[in-house]
Amino acid sequence: MGTQKKGASRGSEDPVELACVPLQAILLADSFTTKFRPITLERPKVLLPLVNVPMINYTLAWLESAGVEEVFVFCCAHSKQVIDYLESSEWFSQPNFTVTTIESHNSVSAGDALRLIYERNVINGDFVLISGDTVSNMSLTQVLQEHKERRKKDSNAVMTVVIKRSKPSQITHQSRLGTDELFMAIDPNTKQLLYYEDKADHAKGSIYLDKLLLADNPSITLHNDKQDCYIDICSPEVLSLFTDNFDYQHLRRHFLKGLLVDDIMGYKIFTHEIHSSYAARIDNFRSYDTISKDIIQRWTYPLVPDVKFFGNSSIKLERQGMYRASEIGQSRSAQIGPFTVIGSGTKIGNTTEISNSVIGEGCSIGSNVSIEGSYIWDNVTIEDGCKLRHAIVCDGVIVKSGAVLEPGVVLSFKVVVGQQFIVPSYSKVSLLQQPTKQDSDEELEYADNSSGIAEISSITHTVDKLNGEITNRPFETQCWPTSELGTGGAGYVWSICEGGHDEEWRHSVAPIPADKLSEAVQAADDDLELTQDGRSLPPSGELKPDSNDSEYDDDGESRDDSIYFEKEVEATFLRAVHENITVDHVILEVNSLRLSYNKVAADCAGGLFYSLMKLALETPHDSASELVQATTNVLAKWKKLLKYYLAEIDEEIEVILKLEEICESTKEFAPVFDKILYQLYDLEVIQEEAILRWDDEKKDADESDKFFVKQAEKFIQWLREASEEEEEEDDEE
Amino acid sequence: MDFQVVVLAGGTSKNLVPLVSKEVPKALLPVGNRPVISYVLELLELSNLKDLIVVVEGQDAAVRVGSWISGAYVDRLHVEVAAVPEDVGTAGALRAIAHHLTAKDILVVSGDIVSDVPLGAVAAAHRRHDAVVTAMLCSAPVSGPSESGSSVGKDKAKKPGRYNIIGLDPTKQFLVYIATGAELEKDIRIQKSILRAVGQMEIRSDLMDAHLYAFKRSVLHEVLDQKDTFQSLKQDVLPYLVRCQLSSEVLLNGAPQTEENGNEKASSQNNQLMLSQILANSSTPSFHELYALGPNVSTPVRRTHKCCVYIAGKSKYCVRLNSIQAFSDINRDVIGDASHLSGYSFSPQNNIIHPSAELGSKTTVGPHCMLGEGSQMGDKCSVKRSVIGRHCRIGSNVKVVNSVVMNHVTIGDGCSIQNSIICSNVQLQDRVVLKDCQVGAGFVVTAGSECKGEALAKKEK
Repeated sequence: MGTQKKGASRGSEDPVELACVPLQAILLADSFTTKFRPITLERPKVLLPLVNVPMINYTLAWLESAGVEEVFVFCCAHSKQVIDYLESSEWFSQPNFTVTTIESHNSVSAGDALRLIYERNVINGDFVLISGDTVSNMSLTQVLQEHKERRKKDSNAVMTVVIKRSKPSQITHQSRLGTDELFMAIDPNTKQLLYYEDKADHAKGSIYLDKLLLADNPSITLHNDKQDCYIDICSPEVLSLFTDNFDYQHLRRHFLKGLLVDDIMGYKIFTHEIHSSYAARIDNFRSYDTISKDIIQRWTYPLVPDVKFFGNSSIKLERQGMYRASEIGQSRSAQIGPFTVIGSGTKIGNTTEISNSVIGEGCSIGSNVSIEGSYIWDNVTIEDGCKLRHAIVCDGVIVKSGAVLEPGVVLSFKVVVGQQFIVPSYSKVSLLQQPTKQDSDEELEYADNSSGIAEISSITHTVDKLNGEITNRPFETQCWPTSELGTGGAGYVWSICEGGHDEEWRHSVAPIPADKLSEAVQAADDDLELTQDGRSLPPSGELKPDSNDSEYDDDGESRDDSIYFEKEVEATFLRAVHENITVDHVILEVNSLRLSYNKVAADCAGGLFYSLMKLALETPHDSASELVQATTNVLAKWKKLLKYYLAEIDEEIEVILKLEEICESTKEFAPVFDKILYQLYDLEVIQEEAILRWDDEKKDADESDKFFVKQAEKFIQWLREASEEEEEEDDEE
Repeated sequence: MDFQVVVLAGGTSKNLVPLVSKEVPKALLPVGNRPVISYVLELLELSNLKDLIVVVEGQDAAVRVGSWISGAYVDRLHVEVAAVPEDVGTAGALRAIAHHLTAKDILVVSGDIVSDVPLGAVAAAHRRHDAVVTAMLCSAPVSGPSESGSSVGKDKAKKPGRYNIIGLDPTKQFLVYIATGAELEKDIRIQKSILRAVGQMEIRSDLMDAHLYAFKRSVLHEVLDQKDTFQSLKQDVLPYLVRCQLSSEVLLNGAPQTEENGNEKASSQNNQLMLSQILANSSTPSFHELYALGPNVSTPVRRTHKCCVYIAGKSKYCVRLNSIQAFSDINRDVIGDASHLSGYSFSPQNNIIHPSAELGSKTTVGPHCMLGEGSQMGDKCSVKRSVIGRHCRIGSNVKVVNSVVMNHVTIGDGCSIQNSIICSNVQLQDRVVLKDCQVGAGFVVTAGSECKGEALAKKEK
């Protein structure tokens, strides 16, 4: 409370004072996704080593260098580990840089986190919102200044999003960071963000922009060539907006889009493009790979392995982008290729080849090992003759001699791979069972232990299946139940979930196989063709009134609509029956339904009649005549209601058609069609004109359609004669 | 010359009733006392484009336009006048005369354009990019006439149908999206595939398709042949070409033509050729070429074609005479703001009074006025910002403000004419007061009538 007051009073003073408000940042030490499973079951994502340094250090080091003075680290998943780590690190003892942790156990999304922070009342000015897996070296000066200036002119400018240019096309997006392609519309003059679409729906080949956007701005630019850096400069209102809209969970999907579509409050979001500096977020294994390489290739300078920032030991840059710690035991015959980092205390055996990889501290690598494009964390043992391609190997893993890790393999902590075993590509292996509860990607990084263990049986059968597929070689059953990793192996191979196998390659560390790439290209092409030929964008010339596509849409929708409408009418009617609601009130309710579904009176009549018949059918009856009696009773009771919607002949015909429909589908009613029709006539629900016109309409119908007409033939005949007589009488008069 | 020019002169447009009639088709409506089509013809002549086909809707109108052109341009331009049936649309008109088209590229100009944009530059842009179509865009009129005419300004602003929504690539050379007509009422819908190819697209609503296109002839032929439902160049053909530019069908089916074109896309099976061409053109390749190559050079090349734009500068004048409002605006502009277009030399008073015109005593003709050959005015008349045609007889005490009076008009004493258009051979008897009116040819307005916002014309027989 005290700080809040101080901030407010300062805010009212002159701008020089304003600049003195310490710059604050919120660092979310939880990504609220499950993309790094199974590793994140045991360790939070922000503590995973990125080129041998826990990720959070990159973020904190950048925040410090960018002039942020106070950081609130929001910990949720594995909060204890994060807090312990920060306490043991030097971050708590920095001058002019305060790190405060905020712990929560029940937040499931960024939205929850920000709501909690709002309750704590610690933010008193513009702040930087970032997650703990972001690597950047950009300067905040300019973007902060822009943000502040905009705020002065327009208090609705609540947020500035940092973006960066990348190459266009879905393919490059995919291959670089493994994220979905991003479409944005930006006002070229003010840089205001007008449209944001990141979860690209591949089924849709086109983007819709509200035509009102152009009414305000004479020109807008549409971008496919930008990437979102997930670094946001926010005003304090952002926190209160999250509190006001308690359903906002995801920063982009809910908050950002929510503000963009909401034109009542008029909040505005702006973009700031960085050109020469680096900023990227580790979203999945692929971006982990890409960003690791960027660090090794020094795009992130000064956050590179040979410059001492926090938590890395001294390491030297050698030629060809090779980094080696001082105390390593490397055999003379070992070949270490370019762009490789080797941590201290690691031993490398004879004729081993390593390239484009990161090896952590205290690893022991045997002879004749080949490692390419892999990330090997600390204290890993790799025995002789192993082959590793594009794999992630966590702390304490033992890969026994002759084993092969195919591209895209992830081995979580302390997994043991048996001798000569081949781990198939994209496998994820952990000592922990795969939790079967897979809600959504909003859930926490760690699984509930209880749910994880309870579901062993379901996993074992996948295990068996995998065994059958993978290994034709002999293996002996060990005391470890999961011999699915070969002789002496330990760990469960997770079955592929969420999105299925074809999605795995998107987010894996392994380079995208050529066939997948061409498939993606093909998909993009298909997209194009779809829009060409498809009705979606009708070739001009066929752009006739309202074009065929809207017609199509209408069709689908109205069919759905009618079903819902009828259900609603039925529910309303049944409620009326059970609660003895007066007819007038039912009419009111049905009318409001009619308006909301955009229906006509005939639809109401049909729906009500259907409900009446259903009610009659449900009353206990033994014979057909009893059923007719029940129907008559119901009809007599609700005649007024039905009659209200039968102002015209057409609506009465609709009722007859409905009756026909009902009789077709319910065998109890089928034999008594004519009787019910007669009752309808007798009760004056339906006039004879309607019946005669129905008969006329049916004359040209198929024989099969005439079943009920024939059944009612006698009755109709009688009606006709009666009316003729009447006419004759009229004539006589 | 390898550019053939088609001038679409239209017929008797319904929008312009009662100004147009059987005697005066749209192309011959006077702008600054000469037919509107002469502005296009002279613009073409300036760019040394002298091989023209003028397409007129309706046989009668064609004869009239033809005889006027042959009289005026007999030794300057090589003009063929072709008549097409009415209501065939712009694409239909081109389809009808397709067999006359032989040059490699075709420039299609609307006959009602009054502009000073160098057409040569449009043709050059077309050639430079080897484009399938090049469209000229100009700034959309802001809303209403620039000055005065406040009362009519409103309903003009309500006409969004004339404007376009246009998507440009970052270099502003290529057209990647266009919406016209009914599409404007809907939300903007943009194909992702093209956005992926260009990366960045600028969407503008302040530009307008000026209805001046350069087409590659082979493509034009093909599109007209195959899409026989296409009626309008602006609403059908151009949007179609823009939409399918990344998966070109036009060249796919046109093997014989493409051979004769001999451009790189025809023989695009050969990547190496394409690559070397890109390398040879040291300039950066357009997104079409990059897209055509695909992500790696070994995949089959995709067929693309280019749709270019030429954006006229803001200072350039470019307006189409396609409404009554536009008719008054253009007439005013030609003797006012855009006086360089009229081709006349202005007097020091900034007006043009033909030497043979006779003015009574105390009659004043203000700046931005034009008085045609042999017209007579009585005493104490006042003319402001108006054009008066040839051989008009105007009585005394007549006021003409912001109006166009065509030829052989008789105006009685004490008339007042504001914001109105008086067609040829009209007779206004004494003390007629007209405001915001259009009077059709040969109409007689009886003495003392007062009209406001009306269209007066003889009943069609």
